[in-house]
Amino acid sequence: MTSSSTKKIRQALGFLFLRLCLALVLAAVALFLADIISRGSSSLSWEFISQKPRRGMTEGGIFPAIFGTFLVTAVTALLAVPVGICAAIYLNEYAKKNRLTRLIRLSIRNLSGVPSIVYGLFGVILFVNMMKFGTSILSAGLTLGLMTLPWTITASEEALKTVPNSFREGALALGATKWQAIRTNVLPYALPGMLTGTVLGLARAAGETAPIMFTGAAFALPFLPKSLGDQFMALPYHLYIMATQHHDIAKVRPLAYGTALVLIIFVLGLNLGAVILRYRLRRRHKRF
Amino acid sequence: MSDQPKIEAKNLDFYYGAKQALKSLNIACHPRKVTAIIGPSGCGKSTFIRTLNRMNDVVAGTRVAGDILVDGSSILGPKIDVVELRKRIGMVFQKPNPFPKSIFDNIAYGLRINGMAGSREHLEEVVEKSLVEAALWDEVKDRLKDNAFALSGGQQQRLCIARALAVEPEVILFDEPCSAIDPIATAKIEDLIERLKSTYTVVIVTHNMQQAARVSDYTAFLMLGELIEFDETKKIFTAPSQKMTEDYITGRFG
Ligand SMILES: Nc1ncnc2c1ncn2[C@@H]1O[C@H](COP(=O)(O)OP(=O)(O)OP(=O)(O)O)[C@@H](O)[C@H]1O
Ligand SMILES: [Mg+2]
Repeated sequence: MTSSSTKKIRQALGFLFLRLCLALVLAAVALFLADIISRGSSSLSWEFISQKPRRGMTEGGIFPAIFGTFLVTAVTALLAVPVGICAAIYLNEYAKKNRLTRLIRLSIRNLSGVPSIVYGLFGVILFVNMMKFGTSILSAGLTLGLMTLPWTITASEEALKTVPNSFREGALALGATKWQAIRTNVLPYALPGMLTGTVLGLARAAGETAPIMFTGAAFALPFLPKSLGDQFMALPYHLYIMATQHHDIAKVRPLAYGTALVLIIFVLGLNLGAVILRYRLRRRHKRF
Repeated sequence: MSDQPKIEAKNLDFYYGAKQALKSLNIACHPRKVTAIIGPSGCGKSTFIRTLNRMNDVVAGTRVAGDILVDGSSILGPKIDVVELRKRIGMVFQKPNPFPKSIFDNIAYGLRINGMAGSREHLEEVVEKSLVEAALWDEVKDRLKDNAFALSGGQQQRLCIARALAVEPEVILFDEPCSAIDPIATAKIEDLIERLKSTYTVVIVTHNMQQAARVSDYTAFLMLGELIEFDETKKIFTAPSQKMTEDYITGRFG
């Protein structure tokens, strides 16, 4: 056998293996989605997403949980997006490349691996007790924000790294200040990547239970929250209750699947929004 | 050489970390003259001209010693306004570095950040003038809104020249401006350099000996970070005082 045909067979085998891996992942996702959709879609209705739960949550909808998840995700974004982007700009553009910076970066990476329940307990101490925000949307949102920060910082920094140095140097050589160079010739091109990474982090936060369990999420509320200082219902926590804590789990099972489906739609919707936004921004100033 | 040099490097040393890239250079660039920097790849030509507008400041772990004078005063101190300096000393990089904006916005960029844009008419005027000077206007006049990344390598190089001209610096540093350009555009760039000479100070790095001989008044020959010879171009190309210089310019090197 000639060496070139051996090479071709090796390549074919290699590609086959890669395709199999991809197929495996896709199959897992498809199976999971199919299961949730088939069991949850029957409870999906206008009433389900627009009404409050009734009769000990055995009937009615989950509107308060959807509303609460929206609000708490907004608070999360308000903390995690601007602070994350600013921190990334500082780390990538301004900080000296020395040991301290590397240590900071390493700590941030490690923080993204801290279990979410730890953030939850930390949030209780910091926001609920010390800062006296009580169990509220604010406390829960800030806790989720802290949890998301390492992700937004890392994603934003990676996005800044993809902008070639020649854009910075080119601007500086024309007499731009460092900030001008960053603002006009680096950030616009890093923004699409930043947004994608950030939204992925937010989507993850929106689905978390542990960090909000002790900081503001409520089992069931007779009314919608009126301010950021109120408690709230949230989709993941509601799902957790329906699936494990309810007195009649068998009866509310379809509702639990419906809730799971809504949560997944919410999260996928966020991701889809990020993709569309990125596509639009990229088209505006092509890719380098 | 009676008038004061526009730029003067005095015993200039430069280090990338522990590696010394420039060794005690003494080079003077005179106003309304073209100074060519020649030498084999890796000898420190780019490093040298990048010290002149403090571009190497942005490379981590570098160090300069000695002095660089512009109009007689040092530009190396910490008190120097580097932003102002870089506006006065324009630079065209070795690798074309257009921004992913439209052709028009590329040229307008320097004017905008320096608050020189003025009215739309003025801006359009300067953009056209710069593109004409850089011998690119005819090729792009109908597509100023196109992204600069759609241009060919040589067109990008001329775009970067136009961009540097637009902010009207006092000195222009060219790092191999013709490396990706065909002979016709090269001739135009050489004409441009000839014209720029009447008002600007020009420093040009080139690998093309004929080009150095054609466009420059003075030539510096570097090797391994050292200045081997610096003299009037006429002298360097007709009667160099160093054997190494002669070997290099006649292509008998190595
Ligand atoms: N950022 C850097 N870090 C470390 N060493 C560098 C860096 N840039 C250049 N050098 C080294 O400094 C020396 C001079 O490089 P320089 O780019 O100035 O050469 P050059 O004369 O412009 O070469 P060429 O003709 O190939 O462009 C080389 O040995 C190079 O390896
Ligand atoms: Mg070079």
